[in-house]
Amino acid sequence: MKVRSSKFKVQNRIGETFERLKAKGEKALITFITAGDPNFKTSKEIIFELEKSGADIIELGIPFSDPMADGPTIQAASERALKKGATLNHVLELVGEVRKKSRIPIILFGYYNPIFVYGAALFAEDARGAGADGVLIVDLPPEEAQELKLYTDKAGLDLIFLLTPTSDDSRMEFVSRLASGFIYYVSVAGITGARKELSNTIQEYVKKVRRFTSLPVCVGFGISNARQAGEVSRLADGVIVGSAIVKLIEKNQSLPDLAKKVGRFAAELKKGMKL
Amino acid sequence: MRSQKSPALGGRSQKFKSLPDRQGHFGIYGGRYISETLMPVVLELEKAYLKFRHDKDFKAELNYYLKEYVGRPTPLYLAERLTKKSGGAKIYLKREDLCHTGAHKINNTMGQILLAKRMGKIRIIAETGAGQHGVATATVAAMFGLECEIYMGAEDIERQKPNVFRMKLLGAKVNPVTSGSCTLKDAMNEALRDWVTNVWNTFYIIGSVAGPHPYPMMVRDFQSVIGKEAREQIKKIEGRLPDYLVACVGGGSNAMGIFYPFLNDKAVKMVGVEAAGFGLKTGKHAASICAGKVGVLHGSKTYLLQDRDGQIIHTHSVSAGLDYPGVGPEHSFLHDTGRIEYTAITDKEALNAFKILSLSEGIIPALESSHAVAYAMKLAPKLGKGKIIIVNLSGRGDKDLNTAAKEMGVGI
Repeated sequence: MKVRSSKFKVQNRIGETFERLKAKGEKALITFITAGDPNFKTSKEIIFELEKSGADIIELGIPFSDPMADGPTIQAASERALKKGATLNHVLELVGEVRKKSRIPIILFGYYNPIFVYGAALFAEDARGAGADGVLIVDLPPEEAQELKLYTDKAGLDLIFLLTPTSDDSRMEFVSRLASGFIYYVSVAGITGARKELSNTIQEYVKKVRRFTSLPVCVGFGISNARQAGEVSRLADGVIVGSAIVKLIEKNQSLPDLAKKVGRFAAELKKGMKL
Repeated sequence: MRSQKSPALGGRSQKFKSLPDRQGHFGIYGGRYISETLMPVVLELEKAYLKFRHDKDFKAELNYYLKEYVGRPTPLYLAERLTKKSGGAKIYLKREDLCHTGAHKINNTMGQILLAKRMGKIRIIAETGAGQHGVATATVAAMFGLECEIYMGAEDIERQKPNVFRMKLLGAKVNPVTSGSCTLKDAMNEALRDWVTNVWNTFYIIGSVAGPHPYPMMVRDFQSVIGKEAREQIKKIEGRLPDYLVACVGGGSNAMGIFYPFLNDKAVKMVGVEAAGFGLKTGKHAASICAGKVGVLHGSKTYLLQDRDGQIIHTHSVSAGLDYPGVGPEHSFLHDTGRIEYTAITDKEALNAFKILSLSEGIIPALESSHAVAYAMKLAPKLGKGKIIIVNLSGRGDKDLNTAAKEMGVGI
């Protein structure tokens, strides 16, 4: 059964963004960075550069000491941020700072423990208060997300869930029923990280996911260059790029034009998606 | 929606043994906090386990190997000289150190590999701290001819060299883990990363009563052979149940194994002994229940050692097997209900017990098990004569000779 998001729901920035893009015949470029890597001031500059260069949605990673769904690139970014004392409070402050000047949708992306310790209800309230639009928690499958979902719904935050190559029909239906914002389709079974080749099953799975939801379907994991972004943009509603950007930040972390460099990469990705 | 039972179930002892619920919750603890990619495999595993746990052929095969290969039942031995030295209650040792491979870990790996075979998995992975679970996994993988890879923290590889070589001899590939604190928790992160990548053909043998449902329940069930035997043995020897059970708790599999069959015996008190490292006040320890807060890690909600922002902190224990910032969720539940008491023993006390048991009984215990022995030595004089304590001697100390010699300032 296809699950439709409620018509009565107030449209938020994520929904608006997909509609605006659809009207233009474009797909969403969703870019991930770890908040506080290499520091919060630079994270803010990077977000503004990403927006200027064509990113449509920002995924902001909340650093965690044990990121077991991430590959070495994002693990290292988390460690760099934590070494400098990054906390969830700082991440929310960063969202607030960005929100003063920008309307770009922001999705907080992380692991459950820091949020649980902060308090699920308070987190939802503060995240919304700061100007976040959605939340994606990698180690919180729908079975365990019921409590948080109450609070994110109340705050008007989208709670985004993943579907993967291991998801069967019943799983797709179950996850779709709870999801809002968009469906994050993980292109390969594995951890985050840039890959040379894209999985050849993306098209087939995205089609399958669409049987269960009317939400936009975005694809992430392993997309690392403009060519791949272009390929995926022809199959899905959005393209998520994480590790490739984080790697660029790692390589150029001490350079004064770091944010500009990241921006140029996003512009390339977006260009690839328009070809 | 799942039921969120209050963890306080004091008095309703029947409840203790019926948990977890269908979603894997022990009160508020446990559950399945894992990535979506792993959800279908964990559900598949649960289905397979529920099917085979009461299957006649499965049970017969498991019992056959436990008897003929592992060497069960293990003795329940009255430690007379230790009892005399401690001055008070009789101290019995449940000799899990006599299991093949030298620790209780193989009770569980044998169960899980038989399940893996039935599920058609061809590749086995595991995490290990002290190396005992790694050796027990490599052993059963060799025995059934399955490919095996073990994840082990680089620091643990350094302090448990004999076990690393044993695993290699048994044909396993040992992957050093250099992220985070380079110990057990990081090995578990890395094993989870492997699993999510090779989910189609790989079976992850978790070594403790930790991880997502059904692991805490399944590992407990496989380990509860310890308590079942001990219960029969003590009834036969003493004509009654013991007054106390004492076991060390890292993740807590040997403790759950001996405690579980006694949970409904109200008169039997139980103590789980965590690692106090340099002392609870120093912050350098691994006592998750005694000094931690509730959180979510490695698939379940449980007590964790973490900072106020929810970042997992580095732990310390002289024993690699207890050096873990979490604990099995069922322990967290049993702590909250008051059914089991949790306490902690320092490195120094454990090393002292390590020496005393060696000298008084001719048994060199694992440093993990030495924590339980140390607590029993404190408890026995308080209880006085006529009382009975059973200590789960979960493993033997051969693997710890380098560490112990170093701590004692002896070169070997």
